[in-house]
Amino acid sequence: MKLNRKWLHEEFVDLSHVSDKEFVETMTVAGQKVETYERMDAEIKNVVVGKVVSIVRHENSDHMWVCQVDVGQEEPVQIVTGAQNVKQGDLVPAALHNSYLPGGIHITKGKLRGEKSNGMLCSFAELGLTQNDLPDAYADGIWILNDEDCKPGDDINLVIGNDDTIVDFEITNNRPDCYSIIGLAREAAAAFDKPMRHHEPVVKGSDVGSMYEMLDVEVPAENLCNRYSSRMVKNVKIAPSPKWLRQRLRANGVRPINNIVDITNYVMLEYGQPMHAFDYRYVGSGKIVVREATEGETLTTLDGNVRQLKPGMLVIADENKPIGLAGIMGGENSEILDDTTTVVFESANFNGTSIRQTALALGMRTESSGKFEKNLDPMMTVPAVQRACELVELLQCGDVMDGIIDIINYVPSPKTLELEPEKINRLLGTEISEADMVSYLNRLEIPVEGRTIHVPSFRPDLNLMADIAEEVGRLYGYNEIPTTAFKNATQGGYSPEMIMENKAGQLCRSLGFSEIITYSFVSPAIFDQIRLPADSVLRNAMRIQNPLGEDTSIMRTIAVPSMLDILARNNAYHNKSVKLYELAKIYLPTEGQVLPEEPKMLVLGTYGEGTDFFTLKGQLEAIFTGLRVKKATYSAVSDNPTYHPGRCAVVSIDGVELGYLGQIHPLVAQNYGMDVDVYCAEINFTKLFDLRLPDVTYTPLPKYPSVSRDLSLICDEAVTVAQIEDVITAAAGKLLRSVKLFDIYRGKGVAEGKKSMAFSLELRADDRTLTDADSEGVITKVLTALSEKLNATLR
Amino acid sequence: MKEQLELIKQNALAALEAAADTAALDEQRVKWLGKKGELTAVLKMMGKLSAEERPVMGQLANSVRAEIEAKLEQRKAELSACALEAKLAAESIDVTIPGKAVELGHQHPMNQVLQQVKDIFVGLGYTVVDGPEVELADYNFTRLNIEEGHPSRDRSDTFYFNDEDSVLLRTQTSSMQIRFMENNKPPLCMLAPGRVFRKDEADATHSPMFHQIEGLVVDEHITMGDLKGALITIMRAIYGEDAQMRFRPHHFPFTEPSCEMDMQCHKCHGTGEVDGNVCPTCHGEGWIELLGAGMVHPDVLRNCGIDPEKYSGFAFGMGLERMAMGRLKINDLRLIFDNNIKFLEQF
Repeated sequence: MKLNRKWLHEEFVDLSHVSDKEFVETMTVAGQKVETYERMDAEIKNVVVGKVVSIVRHENSDHMWVCQVDVGQEEPVQIVTGAQNVKQGDLVPAALHNSYLPGGIHITKGKLRGEKSNGMLCSFAELGLTQNDLPDAYADGIWILNDEDCKPGDDINLVIGNDDTIVDFEITNNRPDCYSIIGLAREAAAAFDKPMRHHEPVVKGSDVGSMYEMLDVEVPAENLCNRYSSRMVKNVKIAPSPKWLRQRLRANGVRPINNIVDITNYVMLEYGQPMHAFDYRYVGSGKIVVREATEGETLTTLDGNVRQLKPGMLVIADENKPIGLAGIMGGENSEILDDTTTVVFESANFNGTSIRQTALALGMRTESSGKFEKNLDPMMTVPAVQRACELVELLQCGDVMDGIIDIINYVPSPKTLELEPEKINRLLGTEISEADMVSYLNRLEIPVEGRTIHVPSFRPDLNLMADIAEEVGRLYGYNEIPTTAFKNATQGGYSPEMIMENKAGQLCRSLGFSEIITYSFVSPAIFDQIRLPADSVLRNAMRIQNPLGEDTSIMRTIAVPSMLDILARNNAYHNKSVKLYELAKIYLPTEGQVLPEEPKMLVLGTYGEGTDFFTLKGQLEAIFTGLRVKKATYSAVSDNPTYHPGRCAVVSIDGVELGYLGQIHPLVAQNYGMDVDVYCAEINFTKLFDLRLPDVTYTPLPKYPSVSRDLSLICDEAVTVAQIEDVITAAAGKLLRSVKLFDIYRGKGVAEGKKSMAFSLELRADDRTLTDADSEGVITKVLTALSEKLNATLR
Repeated sequence: MKEQLELIKQNALAALEAAADTAALDEQRVKWLGKKGELTAVLKMMGKLSAEERPVMGQLANSVRAEIEAKLEQRKAELSACALEAKLAAESIDVTIPGKAVELGHQHPMNQVLQQVKDIFVGLGYTVVDGPEVELADYNFTRLNIEEGHPSRDRSDTFYFNDEDSVLLRTQTSSMQIRFMENNKPPLCMLAPGRVFRKDEADATHSPMFHQIEGLVVDEHITMGDLKGALITIMRAIYGEDAQMRFRPHHFPFTEPSCEMDMQCHKCHGTGEVDGNVCPTCHGEGWIELLGAGMVHPDVLRNCGIDPEKYSGFAFGMGLERMAMGRLKINDLRLIFDNNIKFLEQF
């Protein structure tokens, strides 16, 4: 909401002695935050009123003139102009040497076809004005100032009315009253503790008859229209508004049109009450009906667009057809024209949500709808229409008829609250006296009688003690409230799962993986990109009904695609070797639950130098060790189409499947535009958390030495390391402390279809030194079992 | 004999001094002290001396032997030191050759900032909690006093999953206020960081997904002075002890009174100008908005089964991206979610 300070000083509260900076800071700290402010004369510099002393043809041009211009200095200055409407004796805007015009245009002296020109004579457009601002001025030449109250040398900004500051406030949703000059004036008066001048509109009236004989208003849409107030004006003479009114509109960004339309806009700015004026000629049968639109109805709005209406949208209609879109924009079929003679003023209060939804549905948010959607004060309709009629009389643009139609469906009942100074002080942590509280409320025009607060109708936001505390607090000054330290009675800290997440991140980073953050929503196309089977349950994702786009339309049920996306992007950036991790949620719809399960996934992804399956597996194992979870097992899977069929393992702990580890299938990599080997691991971290080992206690260090025995075995190619380890572990008994693979060999000396694998076994007893017989016994059992179960023999 | 011994001593010491390596030294040892050495040869003649002369010469011979042996040890030590020196000299390396690379990963800059903030709060006794991102409208809006029809509930602002608009992507971590109050009894002291979602196209300052940090304190006798004290302490821990703060009124449906907290611009020190131009950091305002806060609205307490006559509290919420971008001078929000390794490795 914009406010020009001159309007404030001239009509409501004189703060002209307060600097812009102080005004802005005080208003902000008192509760009306200023977003920006700007001097209106900031753009025009060194442009003055000049009087054309003489004007002669340019010797070398058939269209230019050489003028001697009195600019209030000792000597006239010479300025060349190409305009044809300047005469000797005219007052004109003269941009002097080293002057600035709107848009950053810099004017300096120079020569035009050999003649010196010490500046430029200006049109009004060059000064940022329009024909609407200056209805009587000549557009195609220099702006002639003969009728303005000015003399040579005057700053042109004063003539234009630019000696003003525009302050733009961020108005919060709870303060619809501040979407008006009066509302902001009230806040300014309170903030600076100055009295505010009030003006009650007075309509003199005339003898042109009563509106009741001409107009009938019905409001069948009771729920959508709280109040509809209306007055009529006869013998209207459409003309431009006076300069003071045009300037106030312009300062607030409203284009002047004509006196009647300008009056409605002026009242909207001043009172915050949007108004509309209908040409009575086009109100069929003299009847206004405020109703919902019917299916298939259309209306051409003032901007020339044909609007398709629907039930639920509120229209202003005559007996037969809509003539306005309630609270948003009038209809072209009833707009004020130059020959309009009888006007119906509408000052209504519509349901805010309905107006907002209609404006949204039709894609036409207007100044008026923007105000209505905040839910305005229904008590404002009558003063506003009175003010409009008063202005009609002031501007002498018509005769106000007798009578006022005022249909009331809802007005709030008067509300009182108890002033509770002790509770307010207890909430704020202050010791403000009751008298001071009353004075703050009075400054805001909130009357208090004893301990009864009479909440004005323009303050629907005041409903309980805390609301009053805020009013007291902000005028006392939030920054004056003493700061205190409460005694925190809670221990606080991280949950065990968060501690483990933190640890996982540290481990990943110590292994060279960098962290990424990716969107929770993804494209449904990812499922095909990772070759997920058509019947996979993971395709059952939460679908956003109103996504930004297809690419962000479903909640991910799997985290690997986001990783692949980022790896692919890094590959496209020519980053040669990349190791990344993400620890974030997936969203799994769950039978019988409204909300999905949101487990956290740890995803590792890597490509480039030094990456292969076993490097990544080793890193994953290191992370598991660091996280102190139980021992993981890895079994080959060839049916996960996202991964290389021969290089993928399902990772489990205690029979709980945690996820996959492997090389991404080349076709999947290709789908992401990558022609490099890509490796990923995806681990359900939420499940992993439940599989952590119990807290550690000390195990005594071994007292007796261990015996190490190496076995070099020959077995079929199909036999896995895990199989051999399992057989050894089962056969060796409790003396076996560890079994480790240390070599795999194929080739010379090993038959085709066979391979050699070498394992190192560590044997130890807690209570004695092992004898050769002990270890021989174990090895014999192991070799027998290997031979029987896996057909593996000593090499 | 005396002269003979003196001569041996002189010659032996000179020869030992001249020995250039341990082999030459050993040769000299044999020559002078060995079984067939010169000193031994002289001693063999001791028998021919008179009884008076014998002890005198014996003493002299022993001292000559001791001197030669001492010299021998000294030369041995000198020569081995020399040899070691030579060996070490031969082993010298170029220490400016780079170390063997140990690759370390980088925490995402946003999470670096988040971690610091969380640690500060944990130190002050806040419990860090996590909650659902797909959320019920009841928690995200209704019980926070945001009624049906409120603009923030529009489909142009919020992502929905069903026709009734009852399941959504949370638009604010404030939903965690309700969840925490519902499941815990005062005194409460909570910090809830997390992802939030709003229907904004991604650009330099907007993202459809971003992060907030929500805080909540509820106990008996909590005041707005406590809110100020807590937030000033925390923000100074984050932004430095000399950071200047101000509070100004604002509006949130779930707090009353409500406020926003600003920090004086560190670039222009509140003047709004740098070298005669509008300050690029605060755009001339002199202040930078840090967070929104307020005293928990009595209706919100009631909605969670907490008696507002007995308890009061404060809540606050801040945007993590804005904080991280400000501190790390990141000028485009899209970099955060781009995850270019060259970007991540900077932090």
